[in-house]
Amino acid sequence: MTAAPLLEVEDLRIDLDDGARRVAAAEGVSFRISRGETFGLVGESGCGKSITALSLIGLLRPPLSIGSGVIRFEGREIQHLSAAAQRDLRGNRIAMIFQEPMTALNPVSPVGRQIAEMFVLHKGKSWREANQLAVEALASVRVPAPERRVHDYPHQLSGGMRQRVMIAIALACGPDLLIADEPTTALDVTVQAEIIELMRNLCAERGTAILMISHDLGLVANVCRRVAVMYAGRIVEERGSADIFRAPAHPYTQGLVDSLPRLGSRAALGRTRLKEIAGVVPAITSFPDGCRFNPRCAQASDICRTNAPTADFLEAGGLVRCHHHA
Amino acid sequence: MKLRANLVIGGALFALAILVGLLAPWLAHTDPVLDANLMNAEEPPSWTWWFGTDGQGRDIYSRVVYGARISLTVGIVSQLINSVIGVALGLSAGYFGGWWDDVVNALTNLMLAIPSLIFALAIMAVLGPGLTSLLIALGLTNWSFTCRIARASALSLRSQGYVQAATVLGYGDFRIMFTQLLPNMLGPLIVIGTLGMGSAVLSEAALSFLGLGVRPPFPSWGSMLSEARDQITTAPWLSVFPGLAIFLTVLGLNLLGDGLRDSLDPQSRSRRT
Repeated sequence: MTAAPLLEVEDLRIDLDDGARRVAAAEGVSFRISRGETFGLVGESGCGKSITALSLIGLLRPPLSIGSGVIRFEGREIQHLSAAAQRDLRGNRIAMIFQEPMTALNPVSPVGRQIAEMFVLHKGKSWREANQLAVEALASVRVPAPERRVHDYPHQLSGGMRQRVMIAIALACGPDLLIADEPTTALDVTVQAEIIELMRNLCAERGTAILMISHDLGLVANVCRRVAVMYAGRIVEERGSADIFRAPAHPYTQGLVDSLPRLGSRAALGRTRLKEIAGVVPAITSFPDGCRFNPRCAQASDICRTNAPTADFLEAGGLVRCHHHA
Repeated sequence: MKLRANLVIGGALFALAILVGLLAPWLAHTDPVLDANLMNAEEPPSWTWWFGTDGQGRDIYSRVVYGARISLTVGIVSQLINSVIGVALGLSAGYFGGWWDDVVNALTNLMLAIPSLIFALAIMAVLGPGLTSLLIALGLTNWSFTCRIARASALSLRSQGYVQAATVLGYGDFRIMFTQLLPNMLGPLIVIGTLGMGSAVLSEAALSFLGLGVRPPFPSWGSMLSEARDQITTAPWLSVFPGLAIFLTVLGLNLLGDGLRDSLDPQSRSRRT
């Protein structure tokens, strides 16, 4: 690779300080995102995917903090930047959209103003220009009659429309990286598809890289070129999204793929039970020794209970952390 | 929005008081200070003297009308000072937390522990009587409730999705406080401000009654009451009408405050529909 990747996370460890001791809510997290790439981070609730995203934009709040590791944005380390410098990065170069379009908009401010504020804040535009740009931004996310919609308050818009507004706000300043944390979880399935499509198209047009965080492996694989699967604070597998479905390498990923219902599978396989992964995610304070997946893993052997697996780099690209991976 | 009785009556009374104050030169029959005529001293209410006259033969009606200016100025301006102080302290304390929150909390508790009228008296004693010192004294002593409410709202709003979203989008602290927090806590602040105005009118009356407010011969409702005290058995109209003016204004402000609270509270709004 000639140019430095857009975002580079190296051996990131996030500490959770519960007063008595520090435990690692995430550790050894490493990944890279190139310019314009789409990258997915998948895992169950509490696996550390959201806090990883928050750490990227410097928004970890006590009791969470970055324990060690390096985060580079355009080759520059950003984890120790001053508050003002991080603020300048946020919204401007790195934007984020949230899970809840219902609550992520200020209820007492017209949506146009909330979009326009981004231009005033980061681009130093006058309010006049900014309001004009807000109409264009709203048009770009395909909100009908944007010149009228800018005067609407969030409660006058549907969930899908609000998420479009959120996307317009996030992409207003032409960021290089868009972090989407479960962007469609709160929406209807049909609206979900539209929003994903819109987000993907807009980012492709503008060369914006996407870091998509979700528990929905199917959705992420659909949007992203590469996927990392997190389990209990560690990345267990990172692959191209087509490969991960075809031949999951880690038992956990295998379990996730098997637990997805497949359309038409009944005709091919007959009536079968959908598989599940036995057990629950261990609590952050009591991660097991060795491979953290070992209590739930069918293939677990003695080494899994004592030694944490290191990353095996696959020939086809990607990596997996499992002792049993051949 | 359905109009509530308390909102309408309160608003009307307050609007009436403001109108009377604004239009005082046209509404008054005589000059409240200069038109004294001992030949007309202590006339009871009649068609000529609507509210009667006082010991110097001044028209009580005109003095009550002019008195509205002072009472309302004190009520509105001192409450504005209180609101600005209270919001600035409470909002920043709730938003930043930490040691600043502790400092503001200690200060608020201190203010709540000292009876505000006594504190205002002490300030007046230092500054001397007069309208300006009255405004300062009342403006510095009643911000604790506003501060409490602003702090509590800031604390609860801080964890709202849109406030976090604003942080993520690179908003600075002050921008978040002014664009995200303040507009969302305006409802309760307006209510407490309106109620506070009522109590400021009362405090003005109390301080003027004690001789620390507006200096005679200028009319304020409190000072009129104070002067009327000796004649309360022989010329009751001297105290009844300024008293009634205070009563109606404060009643209006309290009703208005209650009405605003009912219609600004989203929960009560949804209960009605």
